[in-house]
Amino acid sequence: MINVIWLAFIIIGILVAGLTGNIEAVTDAAISNADTAVNLSLGLIGVMTLWLGIMKIAEEAGLVRALSRGLKPILKPLFPDVPTDHPAMGAIVMNLAANILGLGNAATPLGLKAMKELQEINPIKDTASNAMVTFLAINTSSVTLVASTVIAYRNSAGSANPTEIIGPTIVATLASTVAAVIAVKILQKMPAFRINENSETVQKITK
Amino acid sequence: MFVIFMESLSKWAIPAIIFIITLYGFLKKVKVYEAFTEGAKEGFYTAVRIIPYLVAMLFAIGIFRASGAMDVLVKALNPVTSLIGMPGEVLPMALMRPLSGGGASGIMNDLFTQYGPDSIIGRMASVMMGSTETTFYVLAVYFGSVAIRKTRHALPAGLVADAVGIITAVFVTNLMFG
Repeated sequence: MINVIWLAFIIIGILVAGLTGNIEAVTDAAISNADTAVNLSLGLIGVMTLWLGIMKIAEEAGLVRALSRGLKPILKPLFPDVPTDHPAMGAIVMNLAANILGLGNAATPLGLKAMKELQEINPIKDTASNAMVTFLAINTSSVTLVASTVIAYRNSAGSANPTEIIGPTIVATLASTVAAVIAVKILQKMPAFRINENSETVQKITK
Repeated sequence: MFVIFMESLSKWAIPAIIFIITLYGFLKKVKVYEAFTEGAKEGFYTAVRIIPYLVAMLFAIGIFRASGAMDVLVKALNPVTSLIGMPGEVLPMALMRPLSGGGASGIMNDLFTQYGPDSIIGRMASVMMGSTETTFYVLAVYFGSVAIRKTRHALPAGLVADAVGIITAVFVTNLMFG
């Protein structure tokens, strides 16, 4: 699916731009967005390094394991394939906590740490595991309780009550997260998305 | 009350986490400095590994945005979305949200300037912005960091979540402020 949508962005974009006499915009956008992507990635180096260091201390001290044991009743139904004592669980909890508090700078590095741990127990290294897709879906659905950036924008736009959107935002956030989890659990059983047990990669691993 | 509590919680969270983890590690006889540097050495490579995935995603989205194809999509979808009570002015932001966080905030701020943040349009845009994520970006960064190319049902699930978030935002906003 991602291949089709990616191709559609490019093909439709170039065709529409060509037909509306807007073709130079495509060249500019392609080059400047490639630059932006590199800058965004490199911009992660600092926070990434910081949080991986802090998380290593937490791991060696046994904090990560304690955290995942404590939250087992919530985590186990969501990530049935991940062993409770696995460091992935701790990283998932830390990422979700950072997201709920709206700590964007910490949430991404902790999320990537969780992905790294999930990759270690993933049998097919180039294909997403069920646990990874569930984790991703929760993250893309947003779990932030107080959308502080939006409130800041509303405030600077002169809103009489910038925080009045918090209640409805929490309702919409909850709805989207529940929908994400339900969608993942239904979709992972569909033939189009099921992991192909006969693929070459799996056979190579089992051999 | 809740807001003040959450705001001070957010302000204190990171210092508190760093304080607790380093001190607890020390008390548990972890060689804290050594452990930190051991974990931290992965940081650079993780960030660099994301580059090809994020370039692929952002350049394709960039072409689509620059071409004006969004306007065509908005015109096509407007009759459908107005049925559920979404004003046509908000639709471009709803469509932009999963593609580009910066693009969506830009549209939201334009709506604030044009209609005011306390109009129904301004409120709906705020709720949408706060309750959804930049799905394509998250997907590229998270999967890119571990070199996963086959993303299976992650994108459809993420888009379902976005759609539900946006539709709920429309309903709740109309219900509370309409």
